[in-house]
Amino acid sequence: MAKTHVTMKVNGNEVEGLVEPRLLLVHFIRDNLQLTGTHIGCETTHCGACTIDIDGMSVKSCTMFAVQADGADILTIEGVANADGTLSAVQEGFRAMHGLQCGFCTPGMIVRAHRLLQENPSPSEEDIRMGISGNLCRCTGYQNIVKAIQYAAAKINGTEFKEAAE
Amino acid sequence: MIPGPFGYHRPETVADAVKLLASLGDEARPLAGGHSLIPMMKLRLATPGHLVDLHRIPNLKGIRNDGGKVTIGAMTTQHELLASDVVAKALPILMEAALLIADPQVRYRGTIGGNVANGDPGNDMPAMMMTLGASYVLEGSAGARTVAATDFYQGAYFTALDPGEILTEISIPTPATGHGYAYEKLKRKVGDYATAAAAVVLTMTGGKVATCSIGLTNLSETPLLATDAAKAVIGTSLDDGSLKAAAAAAEQIMSPAADARGPVEYRKHVGGIMVMRALKRAAQRAV
Repeated sequence: MAKTHVTMKVNGNEVEGLVEPRLLLVHFIRDNLQLTGTHIGCETTHCGACTIDIDGMSVKSCTMFAVQADGADILTIEGVANADGTLSAVQEGFRAMHGLQCGFCTPGMIVRAHRLLQENPSPSEEDIRMGISGNLCRCTGYQNIVKAIQYAAAKINGTEFKEAAE
Repeated sequence: MIPGPFGYHRPETVADAVKLLASLGDEARPLAGGHSLIPMMKLRLATPGHLVDLHRIPNLKGIRNDGGKVTIGAMTTQHELLASDVVAKALPILMEAALLIADPQVRYRGTIGGNVANGDPGNDMPAMMMTLGASYVLEGSAGARTVAATDFYQGAYFTALDPGEILTEISIPTPATGHGYAYEKLKRKVGDYATAAAAVVLTMTGGKVATCSIGLTNLSETPLLATDAAKAVIGTSLDDGSLKAAAAAAEQIMSPAADARGPVEYRKHVGGIMVMRALKRAAQRAV
């Protein structure tokens, strides 16, 4: 099958590639761009480990073809940190609140939480739980992930977050 | 999981998309949000030779209130539906239903056109569209035609769409001001299809039901309009007896599959409960 030329912006960098139409976006990101922070979990659109941000939307990159991202602006976990290399509020929240155990779901969780807080900077606990309902974690029971996102929201809003990790 | 090879096409007008589908023939499938088709392709349960991606056709997007009816472009995503002031004001039941579909990531990509056109009995919007009296615009090489949602569904994954036709637009008559509405969906977890679900749109006058429409999701090979169930509550104050009569009438037309969501008897039973809950909640909202 003929290959198609695609260009897109990934974490602020212009990238290009020659891709078969059937190449999934997650494979393009991991194999062609060597950005392996985006994980492949279930491959069936359930687990959210492959979540990336495309043009301001959280998307499961296992359920989109690389050709469809031609011209897109993409953010992966590798681009989440602040420009000076320090952790973003969400990343800091996951560290401070112990929002991970094995870490497999974490890149997808953080990229999703990043978009959730862009859309709703002061989410309720229910908003957070519904907002990450497309991301599965089999370790934490979600308690500390919710707290990590609450911590990040507080940090972004300049308010105090007093709860401790469980 | 790697899908089989296919040719990729990205037309910018509906006319070009229709032409492509006609010239590529049976091997071609239109691609909307892709959240039903791409998983099927990864499992090789679908192996289209060509995909005609509809994402770059601007005319297929958007929601507008034309006074008396709301028109929704087929490529409008569930996320856009949830963010729409037009929908919030005129058709709040669509927001209630869209929030129960899949998860946030899927709603950013999944489209209302794909949801109604795919013919999957598990999809939530088809029964909603039947309940609301919606119609679909289908465009093919022979031109455009309009088909009522109630005439569209013929069997699981079988619809009135002819080969080469694309569903381009959904038209929904605006429900009366002060109408009550509810979508009750029983599911095992976030992202699951309904074990049973019921949509209700009604109006009340003097404490009694004046008009009522009831739709059922995933309780047959196609979405169902429960006409007799709706008739059973007209003129009543939704007392226990009439609620039970509506549930019984709805159960009469249900023929769910026995699957991981439960045996037939259970799914019919909870289907009746969804009808009663939706009726009660819709009545509370009606003014």
